[in-house]
Amino acid sequence: MKTIYLDHNATTPLRAEVLAAMTEIYENISGNPSSVHFLGRTARKRLEAGRERVAEAVGARPEEIVFTGGGTEADNLAVQGIAYAYRSKGDHIITSAIEHPAVLAACRFLEKEGFSVTYLPVSREGLVDPGELEEAIRPATILISVMTANNETGVIQPITEIGRIARDRKIPFHTDAIQGLGKIPLSVEEMGVDLMSLSGHKVYGPQGVGALYIRKGVRVRPLTYGGHHERGKRPGTENLAGIVGFGAACRLAVENLESESDRLRLLRDQLCSGISERIPRVKLNGAPGLRLPNTVNLSFEYVEGEGILLGLEEQGIAAATGSACTSGELAPSHVLSAMGVEAALAQGSVRFSLGRENTLEDILFTVDALVPVVKRLREMSPFFEPEPAESQGDKR
Amino acid sequence: MSGQTDYSEKVMDHFHHPRNVGKIENPDGVGTVGNPVCGDVMKLYIKVADDRIADARFQTFGCGAAIATSSMVTELAKGKTLDEAIAISNKEVASALDGLPPAKMHCSMLGEEALKAAIDDYRKKQGSAAGKSEEAGGREG
Repeated sequence: MKTIYLDHNATTPLRAEVLAAMTEIYENISGNPSSVHFLGRTARKRLEAGRERVAEAVGARPEEIVFTGGGTEADNLAVQGIAYAYRSKGDHIITSAIEHPAVLAACRFLEKEGFSVTYLPVSREGLVDPGELEEAIRPATILISVMTANNETGVIQPITEIGRIARDRKIPFHTDAIQGLGKIPLSVEEMGVDLMSLSGHKVYGPQGVGALYIRKGVRVRPLTYGGHHERGKRPGTENLAGIVGFGAACRLAVENLESESDRLRLLRDQLCSGISERIPRVKLNGAPGLRLPNTVNLSFEYVEGEGILLGLEEQGIAAATGSACTSGELAPSHVLSAMGVEAALAQGSVRFSLGRENTLEDILFTVDALVPVVKRLREMSPFFEPEPAESQGDKR
Repeated sequence: MSGQTDYSEKVMDHFHHPRNVGKIENPDGVGTVGNPVCGDVMKLYIKVADDRIADARFQTFGCGAAIATSSMVTELAKGKTLDEAIAISNKEVASALDGLPPAKMHCSMLGEEALKAAIDDYRKKQGSAAGKSEEAGGREG
């Protein structure tokens, strides 16, 4: 059975070019980049080339990139690192209710450490309001952290506006841009950010490598101690092959960004309209015009998301849901809840996130597969009342 | 958007081919348990004859485990006396499904509770002079 992978916001398959770049390192480079001898220097050169490529992808300078063990670590280094480095200036952090758990859990930890955190609400469409953010600023505010684009809904936040506010008020501004990289253009200058989290495996690079952009002059306290690596911000011998792979993936992602985004947007919209035409009572979650080109999050009324995923899995299709049942938690998606999506609809949400390998054929197949799955689950649902054939309901 | 479900073949069979789906017209007892906030709502209908469960059907909003549990609990209940049926435990339901992942054990609780609620509903109706009872629901969350 053919596999149709529609969960690229979770992770992406490694690109052949990236694997080749990594294999080359494993086969030919044996030195530690910190060693002074010739083998070490060769490794160092490759490391710095990887750093340049990651920096280029976001318009940063290479010396402003710190490699980490992934996106979660980058988020933690930003949030905790700023909080502790600027603690003498204040103890207040502003973030949003829809951040990735890496940011939210770090903030909750800091609350226990005596910091106070404002979790900004979002609109029904999933957007942070910059005006509301500005009002939340206090003299003690030492960090603003708002994600570039949400992983569940794909909604793109007004980062440039927030960046302007943060700069005016001289508050360090972090953005988790992990979902944005390779999908929308990113520029640390234009966005006005001081710290930016990035991750390798969301852009067809390897897992276990991420990066934090830290603007020159911004201080960050490290999470771990041990050596001078990454300018002391992230001690430990570097994951050279991972970093080289990440660099290669960044270059490829940026090279094809525009054409690939256009292609994915078209496919994504075809998926969405195909579903809406054939399945009544489907609701789009998130601002229609302000989303990542590859992401669509839909709620299927009367049914629960895991059931839909299991039905799709039978046909070889992989997608994601905001249902509580798959997360091991009792409450549905914190993102959809923050948007005011009612519980039953949040439980019935499915996220499709498209990527490089997806074709129009995949999309049409997915729509065909979905129709009977939803129909069957609805017929089983205590909430479902079949509608008169005439009105097809408010579909979208 | 994470987590995983490692279901037994039996769970998947009951998810894909659930037994006893649907409503019973003029049921003798109905039990509704669960809450959409938690992700599962189970509505179980029974028909009683000679103090035995002559028929049991369900409607469920919920995950794969919730649907499989509903299917299995109706299978287990059919033909049993009310006293036997009310004694069906969630563990029995889960083991009849060759087990459930630990995170999904609460779904088997719903199965047990829905059946108990339906039987309670039936007994309440019997107690309060036939047909007078209005509340056909029970313990809706």
